[in-house]
Amino acid sequence: MARVAAVTGNEAVAEALRQINPDVCAAYPITPQTELMQRFSSFVSNGKVDTEIILVESEHSAMSACVGAAAAGGRVATATCGPGLALMWEMLYVASGMRLPIVMAVVNRSLSAPLNIHGDHSDAMGARDSGWIQLWSENVQEAYDNTIQAFRIAEHLDIRLPAMVCMDGFIISHSIARIDYLEDDPVKNFVAEYKPVHPLLDLDNPKSFGPLILTDKYHEYKRAQHEVMTRVKDVVLAVAAEFEKMSGRKYELFETYRLDDAEIGLVILNSAAGTAKDVVDSFRERGVKAGLLKPRLFRPFPYEEYAQALKDLKAVAVLDRADSFGGYGPVFMEVCSALYPLAKRPVAINKIYGLGGRDFLPQHAAEVFTELEAIARTGRVKITKEYIGVRE
Amino acid sequence: MSAQGWRDLTPGAVVLDAGNAREVKTGTWRTLSKPVLKEENCSNCMLCWLFCPDMAVIVKDGKMVGFDYDYCKGCGICAFECPGKKGQKAIVMEEEKK
Repeated sequence: MARVAAVTGNEAVAEALRQINPDVCAAYPITPQTELMQRFSSFVSNGKVDTEIILVESEHSAMSACVGAAAAGGRVATATCGPGLALMWEMLYVASGMRLPIVMAVVNRSLSAPLNIHGDHSDAMGARDSGWIQLWSENVQEAYDNTIQAFRIAEHLDIRLPAMVCMDGFIISHSIARIDYLEDDPVKNFVAEYKPVHPLLDLDNPKSFGPLILTDKYHEYKRAQHEVMTRVKDVVLAVAAEFEKMSGRKYELFETYRLDDAEIGLVILNSAAGTAKDVVDSFRERGVKAGLLKPRLFRPFPYEEYAQALKDLKAVAVLDRADSFGGYGPVFMEVCSALYPLAKRPVAINKIYGLGGRDFLPQHAAEVFTELEAIARTGRVKITKEYIGVRE
Repeated sequence: MSAQGWRDLTPGAVVLDAGNAREVKTGTWRTLSKPVLKEENCSNCMLCWLFCPDMAVIVKDGKMVGFDYDYCKGCGICAFECPGKKGQKAIVMEEEKK
């Protein structure tokens, strides 16, 4: 039985955390994540959860406390965004290197300077190589559903890695949208009781976390860490299948929209994918075979599946809401890596859009599709990386 | 050191065998000199045992009885801290014959 409500993205994720009732949560407020933890703190204050909240003086400390609590044997959650995530950098690698299944909501925000608080993927894209699993969410519903699934994925005994659940700052975190909430009991049964591996608080079996590993074994530990990541996509699909049974909502490694017979396509993350789907429809109405792929699991990146999904396109545009100055956008680089092994592959272009919360409008998607039509016809690319929606 | 492959490592580099410092014989690092016990000057105050950064001080029945040189880096902290008796140190550093 679903409860239908109208909520913000922050509210939806806080509600998921209430239902999951983690043992420990350490977080530091930062816009636009603040509301999420504020709402969760109310659940703690009002006795709706048993979670121990640890107040800290920075995000570096927040993640440090999460690492400690997870090593002790607790189920741990936190949330942050933008510069807060940047300040966690050092500890992100500690969490993944120590194989601690911490779940973190990342309310995507731009990075300074200039100072900006709005939605942009620079934060999580910068954490791409930190060894965290990344799930991305288009809307309020997906942010809620991904949060619940993230615990099962991160805590899976074949995995035991931290996971971040990303949603767009303000556009999703602060906009009210319809959601189908699950009831508490099914969610509790779905995530089930957390069983820590090698908890520090198991005093009968003393152990040490975080040893110094030098040239003798560090290389081997990193190789092992990569291996764990290669198992993640199967777990993501298995957890999604179970989640579908409970909720009726289907999740995969990515979502395809009218892509099967498409000749031109967009690859676009998060909230802007919703806008772009409408534009796919309008091009379809005009007889243009347009389609879309929206990434969900970005780390680890399922290269073979992307190649299969995109191989029959004539031209593809990858839209990035984050930049790599002097390089291509992060999603573009992955998609090109996925396509390169194909003997026959689509022409690919990269568009940078929406930095610092700049609106992504239907006309932007339409302009890209129009350009892709021309590329599909001629096979010629004028410029590989371009900024859209930018004033000249 | 060990030739362990990446498939055999403990996830997250967690050390599960408590007390495994015993396997690391830091005595091999010792170069210049080693501590020697002068029993007649020892009051068994245990400061050497307390200050030793490894586990080189051997204690039996509450008495300091000598050194396990497998775990002695020759740092000299024991000799420095030793209060001895009547101005005479119970631990002195002696040059090692190679």
